[in-house]
Amino acid sequence: MSQDARAAVERIFRDEYGRLIASLVRRFGDIDLAEDAAGEALVRALEKWPEDGVPPNPGAWLTTTAGNRAIDRIRREKNRTSKHEAAVMIEDDTPHEPTGVIEDDRLRLIFTCCHPSLAPEARIALTLRLLGGLTVAEIASAFLVQETTMAQRITRAKGKIKGANIPYRVPEAEDLPVRVGAVLAVLLLIFNEGYLSSGDGDPVREELTGEAIRLARILHELLPADLEVTGLLAMLLLTEARRTARVRGGELVPLEEQDRGGWDRALIAEGHDLVRQCLAANRPGRYQILAAVNAVHTDAPTAAATDWSQVVALYDQLVRLDPSPIVALNRAVAVAELDGPEVALAIVERLPLEGYHAWHATRAELLRRLGRSAAAREQYDAALAVCDNQAERAFLLRKQGQLAG
Amino acid sequence: MTQYLLAVHGNEADYAEITPEQMQQMFADTERFNQQLQADGVWVFAGGLETVASASVVDGTGDAPVVTDGPYLETKEHIGGFWIIDVPDHDAAMRYAAAGSKACQGKVEVRPFQAE
Repeated sequence: MSQDARAAVERIFRDEYGRLIASLVRRFGDIDLAEDAAGEALVRALEKWPEDGVPPNPGAWLTTTAGNRAIDRIRREKNRTSKHEAAVMIEDDTPHEPTGVIEDDRLRLIFTCCHPSLAPEARIALTLRLLGGLTVAEIASAFLVQETTMAQRITRAKGKIKGANIPYRVPEAEDLPVRVGAVLAVLLLIFNEGYLSSGDGDPVREELTGEAIRLARILHELLPADLEVTGLLAMLLLTEARRTARVRGGELVPLEEQDRGGWDRALIAEGHDLVRQCLAANRPGRYQILAAVNAVHTDAPTAAATDWSQVVALYDQLVRLDPSPIVALNRAVAVAELDGPEVALAIVERLPLEGYHAWHATRAELLRRLGRSAAAREQYDAALAVCDNQAERAFLLRKQGQLAG
Repeated sequence: MTQYLLAVHGNEADYAEITPEQMQQMFADTERFNQQLQADGVWVFAGGLETVASASVVDGTGDAPVVTDGPYLETKEHIGGFWIIDVPDHDAAMRYAAAGSKACQGKVEVRPFQAE
């Protein structure tokens, strides 16, 4: 088989993977069985499709083939499961198509993968593996851990889902906001690890930012009325739009120095449209406000034209929802543009964020603007001591190097 | 259906400091929670334990049993009581655990029993 044919089959498989696994897990109630059956369906597709051509509905083909493989396996192991249970699984032939938006199998599975009873790093890994279709090796390299470590993490999480009987279903209405919040937090962590990657590798990993956006799009499609989901998707799109302008020559380029001609206008238009939907609904939440902040930035033709009073007003609103020091720090950055670095520095220095790289970097920048070079140098050192993104390190080193004697 | 152990972990020194009124309230809330478990048909068993001062450990793995005074682990926090419930899944168990934790004012560890 040619490399092209193989790659084409694998691309379809990857696109269909989340839907395929979710439907198999719903039907057979067993993640391992679902993964094995999906793997066997891929082998079969690699044998058949290059010869016979890709079937008109490849997703349905994969689901039927994998379902048959799973049933074969259950029949072989029948004495290990109760006859009744096996019979139910074998006879259930629910169609591939979702019966309604809220009933989509992927929605059930994402709530399982992002369950608060699982360790946060396990939620991320399971989501990328089962819904994103990334291999264990890909996830391990994205998070800079050994493949065996990542495999153990995933195995342990699957073991807990099975042992503790964590369900595959959309949570009940009263739990939904908290549980959606947990899913959004996982998607944001995946995005951030791509956008500000740790370690010695690439400073930006677009496979992670891209995957977070793909999953956020799916979630938005499944929960179109949830404004926080809309807000998160908008925020990710507006941030992703600036990705290529954000690093130049291995060095982070701050917002005010970015070449705005390099921003992705299509993503910005899509993000702005989503932000307008949120504003029209007027039920602000954390991610909607952060999306609106990003909309103000991407709306400005030049850095100088940024409507900073609008940014500060949005952060004021966010502080009321989330009075955390990190939000206060981000607000102070906007205050510096509106009321000057001295006012901002007074706010920043009160925040209990010792050891947080952005706190030290912000202090350094404000001290630099105030001409307090020696104090700024110390803060750059403190920021560099805890910053593990290569592009940001390069930026901080250059800024520090430019300080007067 | 899966059976879960809901074990209440607490610091006995903290419990010693609460007022009789608070204690009364806790007992009343816990009793109400117990009745709820029974009304919902998920109750298997429950009980409160005497203080750890009453605990003894026996090691019968050797030739002759070795008995020691005190709890198995020398920690500040101990199991003060537990429920065993039979519910459809983890999410249902967590809901009851949250309500039980509120009633008895202690953290609750949730552990599934092995499937038969």
